[in-house]
Amino acid sequence: MKHFIIIAVLVIASTLAIHTGLGSIGLLPRLASAQGVSIDQLFGIYTWAIAFVFSLIIVPLFYSFVVFRRKKGETGDGVYMEGSSKLEIAWTLLPLIAVLYLAYLGAQSLSETRRVDPSAMVVKVIAEQWNWQFQYPDYLFASKSLYLPVGQQVDLQMTSLDVTHSFFVPEFRLKQDILPGRTVDLRVTPTLIGHYTVECAQLCGKNHTTMVADVYVVTNADFQAWAKQQVANAPKDPVLIGEQLASLYGCSVCHSTDGSKKVGPTWLHLYQSSVALSDGTRVTADAKYLNNSITDPNSQIVSGFSPNVMPATFAQALTLTQIQDLIAYIESLK
Amino acid sequence: MKKTKTLGLLRGLLWQVIGTVFGLGFVTAIRVLMRLPAWKTEPAVVVGALFGALFFLYGVGVLDDWLKWAAGEETPEHDESDWGWRRYWGPSHDHKVIGIQYLTLALILFSVGGLFALTFRTQLAGNQQFLSPIEYNTLMSLHGIVMIVGILIGISAFMNYTVPLLIGASDMAFPRLNAFSFWIAVPAGIILLSSMALGGFDTGWTGYPPLSIRAPLGMQMFFLGVSLSSFSSILSALNILATVIRLRTRGMTPFRLPIFVWAAIATSIISLTATQLIGLAFQMVMLERLLGMGFFDPIKGGNPILFEHLFWFYSHPAVYVFILPGLGVISELLPVFVRKPLYGYRWVAMSSLGIALTGFLVWGHHMFASGMAEYLREPFMYSTLLVAVPTGVKFFSWVATIWKGKISFPTPMLFVLGGIVVFLLGGLSGPPNGTISTDLLLNNTYYIVGHFHDTLFGGYVLPFFAAIYFWWPKMTGRRLNEKLGKLHFWLMGPAMIVLTLLMMRIGLLGMRRRVDGYDPALGFQPYHIVMTIAAFLIGLSVIVFFINVFLTRKRGEIATGNIWESRSPEWQVPSPMPLHNYEKELEVVGEPYDYGLPGSRYVKFVGED
Ligand code: HEC
Ligand SMILES: [Cu+2]
Ligand SMILES: [Cu+2]
Repeated sequence: MKHFIIIAVLVIASTLAIHTGLGSIGLLPRLASAQGVSIDQLFGIYTWAIAFVFSLIIVPLFYSFVVFRRKKGETGDGVYMEGSSKLEIAWTLLPLIAVLYLAYLGAQSLSETRRVDPSAMVVKVIAEQWNWQFQYPDYLFASKSLYLPVGQQVDLQMTSLDVTHSFFVPEFRLKQDILPGRTVDLRVTPTLIGHYTVECAQLCGKNHTTMVADVYVVTNADFQAWAKQQVANAPKDPVLIGEQLASLYGCSVCHSTDGSKKVGPTWLHLYQSSVALSDGTRVTADAKYLNNSITDPNSQIVSGFSPNVMPATFAQALTLTQIQDLIAYIESLK
Repeated sequence: MKKTKTLGLLRGLLWQVIGTVFGLGFVTAIRVLMRLPAWKTEPAVVVGALFGALFFLYGVGVLDDWLKWAAGEETPEHDESDWGWRRYWGPSHDHKVIGIQYLTLALILFSVGGLFALTFRTQLAGNQQFLSPIEYNTLMSLHGIVMIVGILIGISAFMNYTVPLLIGASDMAFPRLNAFSFWIAVPAGIILLSSMALGGFDTGWTGYPPLSIRAPLGMQMFFLGVSLSSFSSILSALNILATVIRLRTRGMTPFRLPIFVWAAIATSIISLTATQLIGLAFQMVMLERLLGMGFFDPIKGGNPILFEHLFWFYSHPAVYVFILPGLGVISELLPVFVRKPLYGYRWVAMSSLGIALTGFLVWGHHMFASGMAEYLREPFMYSTLLVAVPTGVKFFSWVATIWKGKISFPTPMLFVLGGIVVFLLGGLSGPPNGTISTDLLLNNTYYIVGHFHDTLFGGYVLPFFAAIYFWWPKMTGRRLNEKLGKLHFWLMGPAMIVLTLLMMRIGLLGMRRRVDGYDPALGFQPYHIVMTIAAFLIGLSVIVFFINVFLTRKRGEIATGNIWESRSPEWQVPSPMPLHNYEKELEVVGEPYDYGLPGSRYVKFVGED
């Protein structure tokens, strides 16, 4: 009996000590989203649970090392005891109830994070090796950093142009993989004005590490001012817009404008030229052909190149106007 | 038996070279016949590597008997009594030799994987790039997969060496298949490592497409190497199960099996039934790359999430393949060193099966942030947390076993206890990954890295060394030095704890995994420096172990008797174990762990009283 009282006291002391210790070093980064509130609460429960279960095992273990160790010169065996079904059932059932309760809390906290605000602002997130682009459809411009008005839910509609990426801002507590060929949603309500970084959290090749972008949470007034400026700064000439799009969407990774051959054919003097296709026919590179090459690249393959190299996702990722702008840009390279 | 004069391994390697050249030529010839441009690197190299592995198996000699049977010839039992040390370098059929072969390969892979880790850890400590991004990614990815293959091999080492001894059998049920299972792992390992010379790969050990469809040629060597080594797992699992079912000695009823055997059964059930899925998933990506089949690439109508499901359907249960044998070693050795019965034997045995079975239902917890179907997330959360229950049973039973024992602390016991503590850290850090909302922060951060390193250090590495120190005298007739053994432990155990706790710390603060640097402003560098020092201490401890092996090889304390006063059958005969194990038949006459019950016995030899 004496043993058990000592152990009970030690377990309580150790639980309190560990919990205080963990609390005082600050385990989590600052919290900057409404979705994170319930997540942090759950982390709080975990800190208690872990401190307690850890003590529950470690204290009797180390207590035994000291009290029941074989003293010098001692021989013979320990106390013979085989087991007790009652105890075994107890330490099966109690943890069972505990983990089911935890799972229930987890489900609740998940549904908190998934609350939908119908008036959320939509931002389209385009991820590609190895950069981010944020499009604001309500304002018709695109940006390399993410500006968000504080206190308002945003619906991030995310897609990838190549491999799987992942949207991760530690202060928002949320993470969502971004898949090619598909749009996935993530809803965030920023609650704290400040500067954060969005990092790609899914290994996406060589420069995965540097696939980061700035996130600014600002007041609504600041946001409106910024958006206005972006709209004002945005070029009006389709050729210029097209040039921007070509770099934003990585076309220029594969297509040169100086006549050199990269992964794909050059765009220099392409417009109205006669293009040899891999099936042996020739076509004139008019606007219709260019449109088709962008939206359905595998239908007409330029001779000397392979199908499936150029992403077939642009039809979804680009708006019709954007495609027109790109074509205007290619035309200008005649 | 002329073949015993040359070393099987050398013959195998020679044939592997021949086979590779043959494969390269074969593909080129077909292309010429099809009027295609003669040389295309990727298919030629993949087929070359595949033929290289097959030729290796022929060259090393593990197919000999089967080829003769196919030709209608009889083959005599191998008499290996006068092979001497050559037994270890060729296709022996003796489970003890194969066990030691596996052990050697496991230690080699463990060291190679560790060196990779030390290399990229050094970069993280300095936060200065001296590895190019692709070099970094290749080393990081190979560290993962080499360790995993090394662990699978290490497990085979112990199951092979001990299971027949523990159940009183003279060998495994299928000795030739056993040799085959080992020797296929050798070319598989070579192919896996050859990826470094073929452009590397930058996908991590998970190899997710579409990234792996675009990765350099080294990717194919990764897929092929893992696919080949999966044969090793599947076949040796089959062999273990057949052995336990058919070859138990008289009186060895299921609940009188040594507890490690229960762990081996649970592990083998998983390996036998789940490994196919990772092999399949990897082969599908190989075919996608070679023949343009669009399984996973959305551009061709494929689905990347499908790969993740196939991959994790194996790779989650695989975690239990890694740790169940380790937990089995803990349960097996504790009673010996506390001189008390294993508390709740049946519950511990059943908890292994319980973990194995629930382990099949939880793979989706790796995909909470993947964008998989929404309705799947919560069921996977519930099933995941359930795994904590049988795991808890093990911990409580261990504590109760130790309670009121007569505890002594020789080296194997230190590793056992270290294993319990480190595995506890791994276990307790698990549930936050299991509830979806908290996992949305933790997924793909260093927290996960810390969590699984704790489960593997505690559930595999420390028990693995406990088993080595414990059974070494059985294998060699000599004991490893206690002082060096303790030094090994006190370097390794605390360093592991520091390393993993700091990993979790920076992960919680938002450090992503699989990055080759980080923004200095985040303040992670001091942590990385300490972690790197800890990693080097772990490396140093392994060097101490190798020194111990080297020094005691010739001059170690002779230990031919039952030095641990164990009740287990293998310790009732002199060490090293005789060629055909037990000369007299064994009979089980009592419970395995009745330490402290006067006059009780576990086994006796038939005819003896
Ligand atoms: C990964 C490399 C890659 C990227 C990125 C890429 N393309 Fe292409 N593109 C190709 C290849 C290869 C071809 C030739 C094969 C074919 O016809 O589909 C091609 C062909 C074309 C053609 C037909 C050219 C000709 O000479 O007839 C056009 C037009 C085109 N791409 C536009 C675009 C635009 C616009 C973008 C960006 C929105 C883009 N591409 C992004 C690789 C790429
Ligand atoms: Cu990325
Ligand atoms: Cu898992």
